[in-house]
Amino acid sequence: MSFFFEVLLGGMFSGVLYALVAIGFVLIYRASGVFNFAQGATVLFAALTFVSLLELQLPFWLAFALTLLTLVVLAVLVERVVLRPLLNRPPVILFMATLGLSVLIEGVAQLAWGTQVHGLDIGISEDPIFLGDILLNRFDVIAAGIAAVLVIALALVFGKTRIGLSLRAVADDSLAAQSVGIRLDRVLALVWAVAGFVALVTGIIWGARLGVQFSLSLVVLKALPVLIIGGFGSINGAILAGLIVGASEKLAEIYLGPIIGSGIENWFPYALAVVFLCVKPDGLFGQPHVARV
Amino acid sequence: MTTIHSTHPAESNTVGHLEKPRVSTQQSLVAQPLYAAQPVKILWWQQYSSRIFGLGLLGLLATGAALFASDYWLNAILIPFLILALAGLGQNILTGYAGLLSLGSAAFMAIGAFAAYNLNLRVPQLPLLLSIVLGGGIAALFGVLAGLPSLRIRGFYLIVSTLALQFFVLWVLTQFPWFSNYSTSGVITAPALSLLGYSLDSSAGRYVYSLLLVAALTYIAHRLFNTRRGRNFKAVRDMETAAAASGIAVFQTKLWAFAISSFYLGIAGSLWAFTYLGTVEPNGFDLTRSFQVLFIVLLGGLGSLAGSYFGAAFIVLFPIALSQGARLLLGSSIDGAALENIQKIIFGALIIWFLIREPEGLARLWQRIYQRIKIWPLRF
Repeated sequence: MSFFFEVLLGGMFSGVLYALVAIGFVLIYRASGVFNFAQGATVLFAALTFVSLLELQLPFWLAFALTLLTLVVLAVLVERVVLRPLLNRPPVILFMATLGLSVLIEGVAQLAWGTQVHGLDIGISEDPIFLGDILLNRFDVIAAGIAAVLVIALALVFGKTRIGLSLRAVADDSLAAQSVGIRLDRVLALVWAVAGFVALVTGIIWGARLGVQFSLSLVVLKALPVLIIGGFGSINGAILAGLIVGASEKLAEIYLGPIIGSGIENWFPYALAVVFLCVKPDGLFGQPHVARV
Repeated sequence: MTTIHSTHPAESNTVGHLEKPRVSTQQSLVAQPLYAAQPVKILWWQQYSSRIFGLGLLGLLATGAALFASDYWLNAILIPFLILALAGLGQNILTGYAGLLSLGSAAFMAIGAFAAYNLNLRVPQLPLLLSIVLGGGIAALFGVLAGLPSLRIRGFYLIVSTLALQFFVLWVLTQFPWFSNYSTSGVITAPALSLLGYSLDSSAGRYVYSLLLVAALTYIAHRLFNTRRGRNFKAVRDMETAAAASGIAVFQTKLWAFAISSFYLGIAGSLWAFTYLGTVEPNGFDLTRSFQVLFIVLLGGLGSLAGSYFGAAFIVLFPIALSQGARLLLGSSIDGAALENIQKIIFGALIIWFLIREPEGLARLWQRIYQRIKIWPLRF
């Protein structure tokens, strides 16, 4: 039985990381209704920039700050060059624009910093720790802790500050928000910058675990089923769905794999998401969709 | 006029000029009496001049290519161009005409290729062409399957069910060796091509085989968009709720779009395996291929037949042009990884630029240039 719980918890810890990527999506989706496929590429870009700055012997915090600055510049550029001209276009067009953006960012990141795999050591050991007789990875536990801090910080910013208020206003009704004097362009740039910050944290944690490499941008493919299951606009949904996806894919691999063949991790979350879509199309916490002519 | 209208099937070659001239001539016919006391007589060769010109040019190019082009041009450029154009056409039927997003086009190509391969292998009486078409039919069945969730979901949610299929199909094809006839490497040799008893195994032969099939399918697609079903696609794309309110069976229309699109993609997959690669392997149909096909449509032009051709030409020629250009400018060839990243940057930037400035893509760009050339000497 303890083996079962080890698999379950191990899966949930990787689920935390899926949830982190998904939160980056949720932030942008809530503020601008854009499904931002480039979030994965942003994770890669952030992690690559950070690790390359570290390799230039910069101290941790300086590298972090510089990377964050780059991401803010990126956010402002995206708002100016991509989002503003595409205002009021159908969401599918915006999605495809972010698809182009994701290819563009991948290209820039790898052209600037090279395509080789970088190791990233942020000083967290991978020693095992024991919870009863269940074996856990210290790194996983700390990563989950960081994620929790991040989520609480986001919740505080959104719930308690004036900036958070304007963000929620834009998410609720962007036209009404503009008419009471909220600068939509600034809010959008800010949201993209915050999503960039989330991408940086995600990239550092993922990168420390797997090495900073191109496959980081593929986490977007893991976050997609998480978003579907959780509902697009909900951070709580993203966390819960991340845990569900992480746990279920590991359990499926261990217990279903021997029966129907290994390697089902790749498609299992998607199969789960399709089932969810057919039963509950708006996700666990999503807003129900109302059709209007 | 009506006799001209039903010219022979090779008319499909003129995709670049098919759509707009028809509309404009009809409009001008209707509008004439308002402006002129006597209706101006338009000779048939004037009315269809652009079509005849394009048809002749393309026919000439096609024959010329088959006769004179080097094996490199046929194998590395023209054959993949034709097949990718067909795949783009399939994606365009779904995304450009019916407004449904899909990231699983490579899965449909894989299904078509493997179905055709297995049909050909296990039912030796079937002619190859029939196997390919049946392979497309099987891909269409899976297309309907992937489209079923569109009953409940809309918009970009659909990429999930298509991505599910993409990952699942590749997993099945690599996991179960039956599909590749228990070949140890997982790579299998495609059957020899022949048409009506003639062997078509030379480069030119494979080119002609692809060309005939692609041309025929393009013509069918062109006709499709003038039928009720084809017009329903656009209605559902432009406003689903309004389409439903005016009596269009939305769900049925979406499933048809999925079926027809997957049929085209399945045939493109067979051609990709049989006439281009000469082997059938699952890894050639991964997610990268799906993105490539989607980018063809985005760059070429959403909802335009010609766009698929323009996009495919661009995606085949651009990397070659880029590496040649880099060699020319920088003297020595720069390393492949950097080149690939530059290519990514330019692709991404172009996609964004086209979506902002010209959602109808290269096709519309070409049309504008063509209009300008047509009136060029009499500009003032």
